[in-house]
Amino acid sequence: MSTTLLDVRDLVKHYPVGGGLFGRRAETVHAVDGVSFGVDAGETLAIVGESGCGKSTVGKVVLGLAPPTAGRVSFGGTDYADIGAADMKRVRRRLQVVFQDPFSSMNPRMKVRDIVAEPLENFGVIDGRSAITDRVRDLLVRVGLPADALNRFPHEFSGGQRQRICIARALAPGADLIVCDEAVSALDVSVKAQIVNLLLDLQAEYGLALLFISHDIAVVEHMAHRVAVMYLGKIMEIGDRDVLFAQPAHPYTRALLSAVPVPDPAVRRGRAALAGDLPSPIDPPRGCRFHTRCPLAFDRCRVDEPALRAVGSGRLAACHLDQPADA
Amino acid sequence: MAALLEVENLRTHFATRNGVVRAVDGLSFHVDAGETVAIVGESGCGKSVTSLSILRLVDQPPARIAGQIRFGGRNLAALGEAEMRDLRGNEIGMIFQEPMTSLNPLLTIGRQIAEPVMLHQGLDRVAARARALEMLTLVGIPAPERRLDDYPHQLSGGMRQRAMIAMALACNPKILVADEPTTALDVTIQAQIIDLMRDLQRRTGSAIILITHDLGVVAEMAARVVVMYAGRKVEEADVATIFTDPRHPYTRGLLGAVPRPGSRGTNTRLAEIPGSVPSLIKPLVGCAFAGRCPKAGDICRRAAPAWREVGPGHGAACHFAAGAA
Amino acid sequence: MTATAPDGEGFAIAPDLPPLIAEPPRRGRVATFVRRHPTIVLGAALLGLMVLIAVCAPWLGTGDPQALSPAKRIRAPSAEFWFGTDSLGRDVYSRVIYGARTSLLVGIVVALAATVAGVAVGLVSGFVRWLDPIVMRVIDGLMAIPSVLIAIALLGIARGSVVNVIVAITLAEFPRVARLVRGVVLSLREQPYVDAALACGSGGGRIMLRHILPNALDPIIVQATYIGASAVIAEAVLSFIGVGTPPTVPSWGNIMAEGRALWQVKPYIVFFPAVFLCITVLGVNLLGDGLRDMLDPRVAKRA
Repeated sequence: MSTTLLDVRDLVKHYPVGGGLFGRRAETVHAVDGVSFGVDAGETLAIVGESGCGKSTVGKVVLGLAPPTAGRVSFGGTDYADIGAADMKRVRRRLQVVFQDPFSSMNPRMKVRDIVAEPLENFGVIDGRSAITDRVRDLLVRVGLPADALNRFPHEFSGGQRQRICIARALAPGADLIVCDEAVSALDVSVKAQIVNLLLDLQAEYGLALLFISHDIAVVEHMAHRVAVMYLGKIMEIGDRDVLFAQPAHPYTRALLSAVPVPDPAVRRGRAALAGDLPSPIDPPRGCRFHTRCPLAFDRCRVDEPALRAVGSGRLAACHLDQPADA
Repeated sequence: MAALLEVENLRTHFATRNGVVRAVDGLSFHVDAGETVAIVGESGCGKSVTSLSILRLVDQPPARIAGQIRFGGRNLAALGEAEMRDLRGNEIGMIFQEPMTSLNPLLTIGRQIAEPVMLHQGLDRVAARARALEMLTLVGIPAPERRLDDYPHQLSGGMRQRAMIAMALACNPKILVADEPTTALDVTIQAQIIDLMRDLQRRTGSAIILITHDLGVVAEMAARVVVMYAGRKVEEADVATIFTDPRHPYTRGLLGAVPRPGSRGTNTRLAEIPGSVPSLIKPLVGCAFAGRCPKAGDICRRAAPAWREVGPGHGAACHFAAGAA
Repeated sequence: MTATAPDGEGFAIAPDLPPLIAEPPRRGRVATFVRRHPTIVLGAALLGLMVLIAVCAPWLGTGDPQALSPAKRIRAPSAEFWFGTDSLGRDVYSRVIYGARTSLLVGIVVALAATVAGVAVGLVSGFVRWLDPIVMRVIDGLMAIPSVLIAIALLGIARGSVVNVIVAITLAEFPRVARLVRGVVLSLREQPYVDAALACGSGGGRIMLRHILPNALDPIIVQATYIGASAVIAEAVLSFIGVGTPPTVPSWGNIMAEGRALWQVKPYIVFFPAVFLCITVLGVNLLGDGLRDMLDPRVAKRA
């Protein structure tokens, strides 16, 4: 029986933009607008979506790097709203992150040893300089780096190697869940495969849970156990990967999946091509957020926002249509 | 039939602080009229430098370009800067990855499309503006009359890329160089732009050199594929052959490293290519891929492999290319 | 040696040709540095020369810069008085050489003090969001007051002294550093590595000192050199108009002030301190420009 590690309920995150000293009316970015999901121990939940859908904001709030506007986030049964800084530090020890850009997610002035040692020191995982150095060396070797990487600086490494260092840093405090925010998106194809494999190996070895935030649908299909599809701050569909990819229930999911170019010239997929652009998250459409681009939209979609509901095979989708997939 | 563009033994080297980088070293390929040729490879393989060398958009110095780039009976590598300016944006169109940085933020979209038309085709202001409107309509920008007077920042990313394409095609180029034209776009917008480019190519008949790292985009758009590694061509074939019968271990590695839609399985590992790309500063001895190649033998570390025809229009630079897939 | 295919078919794809550009000859580290950063070397040399002159002032053939000899007033430059004498018969050469001490002391101390104060204020302002608007308005206010006014005010409170001059110029200069540091901090705190450090359990102090400050140092160092240069000028200006260094301490500013009345007939009294001042400021500015080119990656990339 798996246990729920991370639980997110009705999460809302709005950002003010513009405004300022002289009272121009500030606008609000509705980055995340009521999102709920859970991640079980050892499982990979992927959040996919296009730019501006709020997937990275979800990651930031989960990591405690930004306070939610409304809603609850709890990790291992501890609600962020109820705890002080000391308890938050205990949560952070079990909750780590790997960012997209391995070039900017490490302090360029610090040696690799100090970068990976930082969480060990902060969380008091082990004491003693040489004990910490030994542990860092083990971690570096585990993620496939030479032991002499210790005394070098991040700029001496290639993109893939840097991402390995970031993974070592995330593993260091003994995390249970790692948020991968576009962790492989910036990497070249052959290196991407190396890092994907490494993450899968580490997951099997340590029973890690991954919150895998990505726009790379092919990688998500390869790695995730469950998938949440976001559009303009809302989850459109969430469910087991196999079902979701085989029979996408929401019209947006279908459009998104069919838009991915297939690396096989023999496949000429009929595309559910989406017309138009993504609306701005500053002023999201009323009703269903997807109605402006949805090929199946009807009157109700323009006024009434559909709630997530079960659509069979353990999936939830936010669509008014009963059998949207067949419509 | 003579090729539209013929690149022969192109070499582009850069002088840097750390030494001479041989970004492109002995690349040959050709593009026929109306054909889409994809140049595929990972970052640092020289594919973007190739496109910039064809357009002569690399600063010399610090770079130097050698070799032949034959286009319409002329060798672009030896052309004067003024003649080259005449070709760029006229007979050779260009699209870049990031439309925001390739468009002038201070000029309206209409003006930016009209300008090269006036310059190259000698149209007057009114006719050029009409042409700009026609182009915006062609690339599917809604309400084109109003968009003519918009500035780039008023357009979304997808619309900006459409405007870039309109600009590139305004002078009816014979060939379009598209460097990662969809990489910066969201996937649903990418699908729109791919469809648009395919459709426009059918209608205008211009050839496309597609520079990309995305094998999915290659499969959807290209007729022929050139695979580059470490500044060299390692394999070339028509698109179906590249995907079904790759002969170079690097091409095979690339194809294996891409997770394919439909081939699900959380616990299956992707085929990875170990190691990373060699430095282009040190002279490469033997095959550039030998250090990462599962099949490399002594010969690979000693001698650079020759180009071998393994089928009609299909060649690979591998000592073992003749072996079965 | 050519790379022929072993079985004799096809052609080599990467013929063994030499690179199109000759490899630059290998040089030593010093030679490479001089070649790449000539402005730093020249600026540092000029500044170093001035520092050397200031430090070695007593051994450079100088006499007492305050010694009056009314009998030898207003002499033109000669073998005895290299730069001539002023209206009180003091040796201008000795005064200019000792004046270097004042000017450089003011320049260096102001650069250090303004940088330390500016970094402290800028770090806090950039990191503590609710404090930021308050601090910045105060800084705006300070920037609106020219250093001359502050110096005059201080002169009203206390007697004229080099310390006063340093305080006045520092008060006028440090807001610039504070603004710069705040801007850099605001952009650095958005860097993913700061988020990563937070996720690693680092607290605010550690993030500021370990992650933000070291990465903000480059522009701060460059700014400090510019402040040093402008402090040297400011000291001369304040002394020239009589609110700076007291006449008992020679400084290039008050030497020029004293020579002002005789400028049309005996220009050398103003000329020599002015030349020293220019060389010093030029040296510091060259050093600053060179450091900026070396440290600022946006400019360096073009090199």
